[in-house]
Amino acid sequence: MAGTTDELRRTALHETHVALGGRIVAFGGWAMPIQYDSILREARAVRSAAGLFDVSHMGRLEVGGSGAAGLLSRALSVDAAALRTGRARYNVICNEEGGIIDDCIVYRRSAEEFLLIPNAANTDVVIDWLARLNAGLQPDAVDIRNITGDTAMIAHQGPQAAAMLNEVASIDVGAVRPFASARARIGGADALLARTGYTGEDGFEIITRAADAARVWRLLMGLGAAACGLGARDVLRLEAGLLLHGNDMNTDVNPYEAGLGRFVNPDRDGYVARDALVRARDETPERTLVGFKMVGRGVARHGYDISDGERVIGEVTSGGPSVALDSNIGLGYVAACFSAVGSRVKIDIRGRLVDAEVVSLPFYSRRR
Amino acid sequence: MVPAELRYSDEHEWVRLEADGAAVVGITAFAAESLGDVVFVELPEVGDSVAQFQKMGEVESVKAVSDLYSPVSGVVAARNDGVVDSPELVNESPYEGGWMIRVSLSDAGELDRLMDAARYQALLDAQD
Repeated sequence: MAGTTDELRRTALHETHVALGGRIVAFGGWAMPIQYDSILREARAVRSAAGLFDVSHMGRLEVGGSGAAGLLSRALSVDAAALRTGRARYNVICNEEGGIIDDCIVYRRSAEEFLLIPNAANTDVVIDWLARLNAGLQPDAVDIRNITGDTAMIAHQGPQAAAMLNEVASIDVGAVRPFASARARIGGADALLARTGYTGEDGFEIITRAADAARVWRLLMGLGAAACGLGARDVLRLEAGLLLHGNDMNTDVNPYEAGLGRFVNPDRDGYVARDALVRARDETPERTLVGFKMVGRGVARHGYDISDGERVIGEVTSGGPSVALDSNIGLGYVAACFSAVGSRVKIDIRGRLVDAEVVSLPFYSRRR
Repeated sequence: MVPAELRYSDEHEWVRLEADGAAVVGITAFAAESLGDVVFVELPEVGDSVAQFQKMGEVESVKAVSDLYSPVSGVVAARNDGVVDSPELVNESPYEGGWMIRVSLSDAGELDRLMDAARYQALLDAQD
C-alpha cells in the first residue's frame, strides 16, 4: 500500500495519532493520519458536533519588520497593508504571469507582524518566493521566520466547537469573530486562536507550542471532539467548495479561472501579478472551475476527463462522496460553454462515460 | 479470527460453498478494513460468466479504486443489489449482508486452489 513513512517529517502530535490508532500516510512530505476509524464517520462528526484535525504540517511563517506590510502587499492577492490588526484574509500567491503558487491565510498580529499559513508542500516555495520579492524591496526591513517546526496547529471544527473551546479557553471565544484571531490560554497552554478553517463549519484553528500540542488535543477530545484525519478533511473541504492547491489549482491557472476572483484585488501599485491579473480579470476565461454532481453511478477522481459525449471538454480536479448531500460530487475545469449551472456533462470513469450535472458552489453551506 | 467455514483467495475474497453446490463470494473483513469506507461497488450481471482469479468488478473507497477478482469460475446466478445500493454493507457486514455474487460453479475442483481459514489467518498474521 503506502510506501515507507520513515523519511517523513512528524508533527508534535505524531505519537498521539499512533496511540489513537490513526492510519499514517505520506502527505506533502509529512507523516499524517488519513483516518482513525472511518473517514465518513469522522466527516459526519464534524458536520453534527465537532472534530479535531492535526494541521501542523501546514506552514507557519512569521513575516515581521517595518517592510513586512509592503512585501506582503507585493506578494499577496489582497492588500495586506490595509488588513486590520487581529484580522485574517484568505488569498492566493501568484507569480508574475498570474499563475497560482499557493493559497494561504494571512493574519495581521500587529502593525509590523504578520502570520502566513501556506500549504505543507508549498512552504519552502513560498519562503523562496517571498525572499526573491523582498530582495528587490528593502531586504533588511523584513524578517521571515519559519516557525512550523516549533509550533503545532490544531483545527477544531464543527457546530459545537466554540462551546467546547469556551470551557477550556481563558477568553470568551464567542467574541472572536470569523476571520479574526486572539491570544488565549487553553488548559494552561499559550495559544493563538483563529476563527478560520477548511471544513465549511464554524470552528477554530489553534496554534500552540509544539510541546503543548498533545495536551490541548487530549483536552479537546475529552470534551467530545472526534479525532479526524486528512481523509475527512478532504471530504469536508470538497463539500464546502474549498480548493486544494496542487489538485484544483496550480501555476498553470489564474485565480479567475479557479473561481477565486473575489479574493483578488489586482489593481494595486507594486503588486507583482498586477498586469497579468488585471488582464485576466477583464477577459472571459476559456475554462473555469465548476462543481458537479454525479447523476449516474460512479465516483469522479482527480485527472479523469470530462466529456460532452464526443470530445473532451475538461478535466476533474477533485472528486468523492459527500456526506451532507448523500451523493458523489466533484470539481473540475470545463470549457466556458459548459460552465453554466445545469449544464450536462459526462465523466470518463475508466472508459465509462457517466452523466454529471454542473451545480452551484459550494455544495454545502452550514445553517447560520 | 476469520470465519472457519469459508475459503479465501490471495486477493482477500472469500467463498462460501452452499448446500446446492453454488458458491457465494465476498471480500474479507481485512480487505474491507484496508479499503476504508466503501462508497461504490460494481458487480457483474446475473448470467455473466466469471473466471477464477480474473477481474469481476470494482470496489471504491473514499480514497481508492480496487479491482474485484472472482475466486471461482462459473456463471453469476445472483448478485447482491443491496450492496450496490448500500456499499457501506461491505464494511458493516463483510461476511453476511456484504456478500457480492452467487456463482454456479463450472469446476468445483478450483476450490482446492483457495486457502482454508487457518492458512488465510496465517497470511494476515504475516502482514503485521
